[in-house]
Amino acid sequence: MTTLTADQAQSHWWQSRVMRRFRSHRLALLGLCMISLLTLACVIGPYLLPYDSLYIDLRARFAPPFSGDHYLGTDPLGRDVAARLLMAGRISLLVGFSAMILATMVGTVVGVIAGYRGGWISAVLMRIVDGFLSYPSIFLLLALAAVLKPSPMMITVIIAVTGWMEVARIVEAEVRSLKEREFVLAGRMLGLSRMHIMFREILPNVTGPIIVAATLTVARAILLEAYISFLGFGIQPPLPSWGNMLNGAQQYLASAPWLAIIPGIAITIAVSSFNFIGDGLRDALDVRNDTV
Amino acid sequence: MPAFLLNRFMQSAVLLVIVSIIGFTVLNLIPGGPMSQYALDPGMTQEDMNRLAEQLGLNRPIWVQYLEWVWRLLHGDWGTSFRDGAPVLTVISRHIFATLLLMGSSTVIAIAVGTWIGIRGATHRYSIFDYTATVGAMIALSIPTFWFGLVGIYVFSLQLGWLPAGNMYTIGDGSVLNYLHHLIMPSVVLALVHIAIWSRYMRTATLDVISQEFVKTARAKGVSERRVLMKHVVGNALLPMITLAGVQLPAILTGALVTETVFTWPGMGRLFLDSLGYSDYPVVMGLLMFSAVLTIAGNLIADIVVALVDPRIRLA
Repeated sequence: MTTLTADQAQSHWWQSRVMRRFRSHRLALLGLCMISLLTLACVIGPYLLPYDSLYIDLRARFAPPFSGDHYLGTDPLGRDVAARLLMAGRISLLVGFSAMILATMVGTVVGVIAGYRGGWISAVLMRIVDGFLSYPSIFLLLALAAVLKPSPMMITVIIAVTGWMEVARIVEAEVRSLKEREFVLAGRMLGLSRMHIMFREILPNVTGPIIVAATLTVARAILLEAYISFLGFGIQPPLPSWGNMLNGAQQYLASAPWLAIIPGIAITIAVSSFNFIGDGLRDALDVRNDTV
Repeated sequence: MPAFLLNRFMQSAVLLVIVSIIGFTVLNLIPGGPMSQYALDPGMTQEDMNRLAEQLGLNRPIWVQYLEWVWRLLHGDWGTSFRDGAPVLTVISRHIFATLLLMGSSTVIAIAVGTWIGIRGATHRYSIFDYTATVGAMIALSIPTFWFGLVGIYVFSLQLGWLPAGNMYTIGDGSVLNYLHHLIMPSVVLALVHIAIWSRYMRTATLDVISQEFVKTARAKGVSERRVLMKHVVGNALLPMITLAGVQLPAILTGALVTETVFTWPGMGRLFLDSLGYSDYPVVMGLLMFSAVLTIAGNLIADIVVALVDPRIRLA
């Protein structure tokens, strides 16, 4: 029991130091503010706007932004861009976030097993990681999205399929160095099961790097969803996503540039927020990492 | 060196096996699997399908099918395109030049600009320049490439009229200048993300080298700061960048696909997307495998070049 309380005390102290360092990271705070506001807008915004995202008004096609009731203008069908942007945000953020959770879970399990077991198990798992990394992610994503039914759920799964490897690599490296430590030896001498040692003793010590990698994975997932939806193989209309809002925008670039510009700004804000937060967390949690 | 080479070749061979298994799995996810071409034909009965499956050997164990598929790939038989009946490798070779041109020019831009930003960031650490470059890189990594392309077209083609909005050349004008004119915007768009990545790594690498003893020695001997930087620091900092160039290859291919789509550039990415649109699965599978093989080869070449240039790695 005494060790438990000591642990708790330690983790509280550790947390406060991390929080202090994170708070001093201005960029990360900016990212946190931006993504919170954006999420809030996407969740409650559609209820406050005068138009529904699916309401078609052919008399008000291509209305420019900041004119009348359509704050961000209308699209070729006369639908309100602001309403569509916020509904699209719900989907894009949800897909990005769910894909991150899935990818992080898979990556963590693979990384922990490969790192702890070593030997041929590790060799096989890590070569599979390398194999997936050899494919340009968008080629694999598009091929999978084209042959499987592109429901939002399926899009989430295939984005996770092409995005779990970074987490696996990071976790594998951490676990490999942690398993030589005394507490692992102590666990073995106590006769704890391998599963218990891997996931209850070692894993909690890898939380920092996993959180950082997960944050950057959200950024990546949102971008990838935008890519494949833009190319027409991701989220399918009438369901809006930031990517598929840009899908038809190129042909109206001369007459209605806002259709292309507005969703792109939303994507950039969301993705850079997560990148900023990830950078702040990396500094705060003192995670050594080679990736940008 | 031979041991190192052998080791690296073995690793690449193992990777090729893994990649082929992933590819084969994707192939079998396609509706109708390897018979997707026939499955599209409305006149096909289940009986016809069964007979075809028998002829094509699709009722044999999955591992036999896999081995045969790999055997055919190794012998250059990558299937034929549904669209024009040409062999897949021929179709790919018709589009590879455009992609290599785009990737090459954007890599040159990314290396030139990224190296400069990285070195300046390292020598003027924590300056306004350094801070701007750091934040700028993170934002550049967050901008969707296709959107950056669209904004570029809007500004430079539609508003200013300086650059063409797409295609590789103007029909009827085959001059080099015309090609270059069309190449500028797509390469800069594709380069943006890689400038960001390259400059971050270059900054770290330069900082690593600057703190080393031989740089201090050179300075102590009275070598001018400029010469120290050019001769001792940059050369050594660029070494790990060769490996990075290999690692970044899949990302560049991903960017190229998107850029080609926006700029109607007749390369492999455009071909991939068109083939998907036509459900031309042999070409899709061919490009998927080809891009992975290209990546593995690129990484292998990068490692060999580093080993040739840097004796420390050869001996290790």
